[in-house]
Amino acid sequence: MLELRKDIFADERDDNLKEIGKPTQRQDMLGHVTATSVYFNDHKLQGMLHLKVLRSPHSHARIRRIDLSEAERSPGVRRIIRGADVPRNLNTLLSLINFGKDDEPTLAVDKVRYKGEPIVAVVAESQREAFEALAKIRVDYEPLPTVFDVEEAMKPGAPVINETYPKNTFTYHDIYDHQKIRFGDVERGFAAADHILEQRYQMSPIEHAPTETNGSIAAPDTNGRYVVYTSTQALFFSLDTCAKILDVPSNKLHFIGGTVGGGFGGKVDTVTEPLAILGAMLTGRPVRYMIGREEEMLYCAPRGAERIFIKDGVSRDGRILARQFRCLFDSGAYTRLSSYAVVKCAAHLPGPYTIPNVYAEVYCVFTNRVPATAMRGFGVTAVDFAIECQMDKLADLVGMDPMEFRLVNAYRDGDMKAHRREAKNTALIECVQVAAEKAKWRIRDDFKRMSSLKDVGAPRAVVPAPAPAREAILVSRPAGQQRTVYDRPAPPSPEPIRPPPPPPPAQPAAAPSHGAIRFSSVFGGRRR
Amino acid sequence: MAKLRGRGMSSMNYPIGMNLGGDPSQALVHSNPSGKFTVSLSSIDLGQGMKSVTRQICAETLGVPVEDVYVDTADSDTGPHCMGSFASRGTHRVGNAVMAAAREARGVMMEAAAEELEVNVADLETDGRGNIHVKGAPHRSISTKDVAIAAQFRQGRTISGRGIFLVPLSDVDPETGEMSPATCYAHACLVAEVEVDDETGEVAMVRMDSAYELGRALNPRLVEQQLVGGAWMGISHALYETPEPYYPDPSHGPRDFVEYLMPGPGDICPHDISVLERPAPDGPFGAKGPGEMCANPVMPAIANAIFNAVGVRMDELPITPEKVLRAIKAQGGARPQARR
Amino acid sequence: MAKTPVQFRHNGREVAIFVDGGMNLLSALRDEIGDHSPKFGCGQGGCGACTVLIDGEPVLSCITLAETVAGKSIETADGLKTGPELHPLQAAFMDNFAAQCGYCTPGMLMAAKALIDRNPDPSRVEVVDAISGNICRCTGYEPIINAVLAAAARRGERRA
Repeated sequence: MLELRKDIFADERDDNLKEIGKPTQRQDMLGHVTATSVYFNDHKLQGMLHLKVLRSPHSHARIRRIDLSEAERSPGVRRIIRGADVPRNLNTLLSLINFGKDDEPTLAVDKVRYKGEPIVAVVAESQREAFEALAKIRVDYEPLPTVFDVEEAMKPGAPVINETYPKNTFTYHDIYDHQKIRFGDVERGFAAADHILEQRYQMSPIEHAPTETNGSIAAPDTNGRYVVYTSTQALFFSLDTCAKILDVPSNKLHFIGGTVGGGFGGKVDTVTEPLAILGAMLTGRPVRYMIGREEEMLYCAPRGAERIFIKDGVSRDGRILARQFRCLFDSGAYTRLSSYAVVKCAAHLPGPYTIPNVYAEVYCVFTNRVPATAMRGFGVTAVDFAIECQMDKLADLVGMDPMEFRLVNAYRDGDMKAHRREAKNTALIECVQVAAEKAKWRIRDDFKRMSSLKDVGAPRAVVPAPAPAREAILVSRPAGQQRTVYDRPAPPSPEPIRPPPPPPPAQPAAAPSHGAIRFSSVFGGRRR
Repeated sequence: MAKLRGRGMSSMNYPIGMNLGGDPSQALVHSNPSGKFTVSLSSIDLGQGMKSVTRQICAETLGVPVEDVYVDTADSDTGPHCMGSFASRGTHRVGNAVMAAAREARGVMMEAAAEELEVNVADLETDGRGNIHVKGAPHRSISTKDVAIAAQFRQGRTISGRGIFLVPLSDVDPETGEMSPATCYAHACLVAEVEVDDETGEVAMVRMDSAYELGRALNPRLVEQQLVGGAWMGISHALYETPEPYYPDPSHGPRDFVEYLMPGPGDICPHDISVLERPAPDGPFGAKGPGEMCANPVMPAIANAIFNAVGVRMDELPITPEKVLRAIKAQGGARPQARR
Repeated sequence: MAKTPVQFRHNGREVAIFVDGGMNLLSALRDEIGDHSPKFGCGQGGCGACTVLIDGEPVLSCITLAETVAGKSIETADGLKTGPELHPLQAAFMDNFAAQCGYCTPGMLMAAKALIDRNPDPSRVEVVDAISGNICRCTGYEPIINAVLAAAARRGERRA
């Protein structure tokens, strides 16, 4: 099942350790098998009330009027909470690290931007009574035009979803609607290539589907504080988010996390804690806000869908000379964490391969769907799917074995990466070799002898000359065309077959360039 | 009308920690009067084994048995700040913070022992079994329990330590994207074998073989848990799940586990894993973190295996039977590629 | 609303509670009895986290009306230990590292118990079938299957 290949990189390790490396039993395993591990919902508090929210049935609509009169009289209702009751209703999660503008209300006030957006919270003696009260709330909506496709959302004239970002894209460095990667000159690389491959990839949203849903219980504690039992993955992140939204000093909140019944990134957004605490503040009693399964499936943040366009220029001997990306992250109606994912994605390009010319535009786009959030592999999973499918197609195009194709292009120690940092501590080649051996996938001897530590240095180790300025990549071709580029045979060359182009001339040995023309932080400043 | 087998592979790396850094974690370590240690964290265990890994790191650094260490987590009153459990940062960031705290605590412990044994600190070592003795003279020894009592009640020392680990926040150039995303990366290569039914489009998993490079496997059983569980999730992402089956059309979203499909215990396949260890210079004992890396390689490996089996390229996830069947029909039938 | 008295055996103990009409067994066990071992995963009968045994049969307690268990014998994960000793399934789950977040574990244990109580020497296929109603999002199922087979084997050895 699992073996440790201690022989590889052995000279870089000191394996003389006592506890590290041992298959020690988990500290929490006994608790798990005896069902005594404590999750947030394993607290029974006297007089606990239940909070449920009314959710928008429309993907995009103005709220004209909210009539709570019948709901307020509903049996068991202790308090109804509206947007106006939330001290700082507008927030964005990464404001804690000064990244982005406050764009998302805890409870919608004049507009809803996705189906399922919370509008009103009901706090009642039982969950059943909360649901019954919700059914008595009357809201007058004025539906608005919707947009669900990222490319449609980016077109001029598209409905404005999130007025904080009126062009439906997040703003980077105050001036751009995307994060750029510019490394070398891709047009020059394409011109020198023997084959061009341009493809489109799409990953749909994915739900975290942890076995435990999101939830929290907030209760007034002794000495004027509030204790909060929560399913969060990030204790202080949630605490500070609540302190901001509720406008209270952070030391008024005592957050206690449990073991979390599966997180995978879906329990960072702090969706239940602010309202649970506000409910406790307004009623003076413990309040539990637990997301139901249907709610979690339909209305809680998923991994955002991503659409990725890759254009590659490859030489007939298997080297990728240029790679160009256009990635569109579907953030849904609000920013949450997608703004950060875009930069992480950009940082990851072009994959663990040394490609001398890389160009990328990565966008965070708003649509009228549930806001997306982090999920296992955030910013990387979809683009790695796209890259590795593309690598397989390229290998096929040049008639090379897919493993060998990876090895030819794999990055090594000392290579210059597209984000202009030296590659260190690399091991892709060794992983490919070991996997090939394990799977009895034959690769040639030359490839078995390759190493992350060999064949390094210039020209792989330097930043190439930049490209002349050019326009952003044109809007992509329609979906129907996507197979034709791949299936079309390489155009006949007008001249006899020429030898592969020589590597670009070595730059004078200089330290990797950090002196870009202008530095500005993605984040506005340091955290308060 | 056949079930056709095919193999595909993928290779990739994964950045450790929050992109651009700037994500600190802190830890506190202290001894009770009888030489048992508590690690205080606010970090959260999601099942990935945070408590267990930090416990082992602390024990190794202190030089005491793991049974003498207990990790307390997830209380904002007692645990110092930690950014959170995400971005594969736990082992690296929290692990390093725990190491720093344990080092400080160990320093005090060794000085206290030196004073009791009347030797130089440099002459002492821990045996990992609860004793501190003079190097080369194991009979000249004192238990960590006795050291703790002496330190507390006679010497007036506190055997405790504080640690923080922070990768400084990196800038991002708006024009070129120049940035420092991460200080280390994990690596992987995975081979998937599938069986495609060319009449129904269903794809069944046959087996997977993989190699992961993780810096150091702090606990091989925990690593195995992540890699096996993560690969299962990768299969699920590749072939089964989405809340928007007709994306970008948002209709027909699943409302429950009956409609949200994931592979069950009858849908899994054997998975043989090799773990490589190239220590990260700034990882705790060189460790990186497998938490997210483990799901990613499966998706493209399966897509590439489907091509090998029937000759169609699946560029959209999830790869449902309908999509496979439509592609086979558009192609005029299955076209198995050369066996890899 | 008038409450209904319900009397039943819970992990070998006679208990009596009052329930609202429509209350499900999961809520009754967690909120009225204080047994937090069965978990709320969906409330729709789709995930198995709430699995308990009623007269030895595995049942989804979130969609079972509390009133219907009067006079019956309910077993939950909370009652698996014998005094301080772990049940063979619990020990096998530990040895095989068959839990990560642990949320599905109580339900998984009960589904497995129902199997090995009636089938002391199950095949792998029978184990897979028995736990197919229990969703695990963390482990990938392999260690759980191994644990159940190991527990059955160990129990078999003890009897022999």
